[in-house]
Amino acid sequence: MASTTTAAQVPGTSTTVGGRSQRNVKTLPLVAPSVVILFLWMIVPLAMTLWFSFQYYNLLDPSVGGFAGFENYTFLLTDPSLWTAMMNTIFLVFWVLVITVGLGTLLAVLFDQDFYGRSIARLLAIAPFFVMPTVSALVWKNMLMHPVNGLFAFFSRSLGLPAIDFFGSFPLTSVIIIVAWQWLPFALLILLTAIQSLDSEQKEAARMDGAGPFSMFFFIILPHLGRAISVVIMIETIFLLSVFAEIYVTTSGGPGLASTNLAFLIYLRALREYDVGGASAAGVIAVILANIVAIFLVRSIAKNIAD
Amino acid sequence: MHPKTRGKLVLTVVGWLAAGLIFFPIFWMVLTSFKTEVEAVATPPKLFFTPTLENYITVRERADYVHFALNSMIISVGATLLATLIAVPAAYAMAFFPGKRTKDLLLWMLSTKMMPAVGVLIPIYLLFRDTGAIDTRWGLIVVYTLMNLPIVVWMLYTFFKEVPKDILEAGRMDGAKPKQEVWMLLLPLSLPGIASTALLSIILCWNEAFWSLNLTTSEAAPLTTFIASFSAPEGLFWAKLSAASTIAIAPILVFGWMSQRQLVRGLTFGAVK
Repeated sequence: MASTTTAAQVPGTSTTVGGRSQRNVKTLPLVAPSVVILFLWMIVPLAMTLWFSFQYYNLLDPSVGGFAGFENYTFLLTDPSLWTAMMNTIFLVFWVLVITVGLGTLLAVLFDQDFYGRSIARLLAIAPFFVMPTVSALVWKNMLMHPVNGLFAFFSRSLGLPAIDFFGSFPLTSVIIIVAWQWLPFALLILLTAIQSLDSEQKEAARMDGAGPFSMFFFIILPHLGRAISVVIMIETIFLLSVFAEIYVTTSGGPGLASTNLAFLIYLRALREYDVGGASAAGVIAVILANIVAIFLVRSIAKNIAD
Repeated sequence: MHPKTRGKLVLTVVGWLAAGLIFFPIFWMVLTSFKTEVEAVATPPKLFFTPTLENYITVRERADYVHFALNSMIISVGATLLATLIAVPAAYAMAFFPGKRTKDLLLWMLSTKMMPAVGVLIPIYLLFRDTGAIDTRWGLIVVYTLMNLPIVVWMLYTFFKEVPKDILEAGRMDGAKPKQEVWMLLLPLSLPGIASTALLSIILCWNEAFWSLNLTTSEAAPLTTFIASFSAPEGLFWAKLSAASTIAIAPILVFGWMSQRQLVRGLTFGAVK
């Protein structure tokens, strides 16, 4: 390891710092492009969103304009559709998290076991994550959940039950099922990786001490997974707050506002009703929601870089 | 039967059952793509039928499908190349010449990824409208480059850190200039890492469906937008939808399977190894 060199050996290109050869590389020009464009990407649109949220700004009606103060916010906060959208967002995020983390943990334990053809079964199980959202939403909507020709309708009719009109009667639940199906492989993949990093000696020792499968799961595996589960929850939350395509191609937020989340509400306000000011105020709220989660996520990643 | 063998058999059945259930919608879609339109909506659903390639031929003959697929390819590859070009120098500097602020810088880059896209939809849309970037390939390439840049920097950084410093030092002692050091030592040594980083970036671009739905309509529309057009009631051709979808997801599915390990690293920013 101690391959040291002196500045004299390679004049002008190397200096010795702390026993290691170091170039006199100016790192600023190397890092600057990434930093500058990311900074612009972050700050410019955010500043504009904030600015618009305090303006009267309608794309169709150029005559309205000027400083609105907090009017967009008061209008938004007193508008029941915001609260419906907020509740739908939280409902969606919560249930997708429960399903993906719960099932994902069980599946991760299952796929950690040794069985025939495990690696192929695992490939099949992670596949949904690589399917583009518009495809998975349409496959579920048409071929599985369709009240007349869908496969689920056929199954319930075969059992003598009435077919369920998924998107008519349970629009938000149907969206949750689709989104959970897409994110289950993500939870599975990450939790499986975490389980496999568990020391096999530790597992062996627990087994020698007479730990059965259940105490093994609750006292060895689950505590070990704690961190991975929290990472899964945080990353999923950030993506799930912005679920859009699945709603766009299945319910368009309806019926009424039954499956409109915050992301879809902003889209409706801005690009369907052309109310830039109101949509921007909703955007600011979405940013604040995401940042509450992000703070925890960044903190836990920071802890990991330290070691 | 030996209880251990029996246990393994039970696990095999349960494991395959779970995998089969999860994979079923994809299987059903692929199956439907080989049916005729009449068979696709038949009740009871047909499990056995004479497969036809008709849908694939129809989809391929529609010139616009090729157009959308080409858009997806150009945009994904373009954004990935651009992001990698910008990220390699930054990752190199941070991995080999870390300063006091390197850690903060990395975390800050990640934090830009936490910004929900909907929060900045309106300004981006208006900027795009005013600069004529709406429905252009380069517009989407720029957005996807920025979207993935933090992940690409991050992954390259972790891969570069694994390159043995001694080899680079040996090169330096032999008088390699910085450019040569990067081109002839670092990049070849970390090629697998760069490849899986690029693969992840391509997967994320290919499947992205928020910006593509909002910023493109036809000219620059990638496959995500094209498939979404099947949601209109008059576009309900299940067999053709299935064939178009199968072609759209097949390459990415293979990429995803190839890079599943590195994916965990990239998607969790190294928080889970």
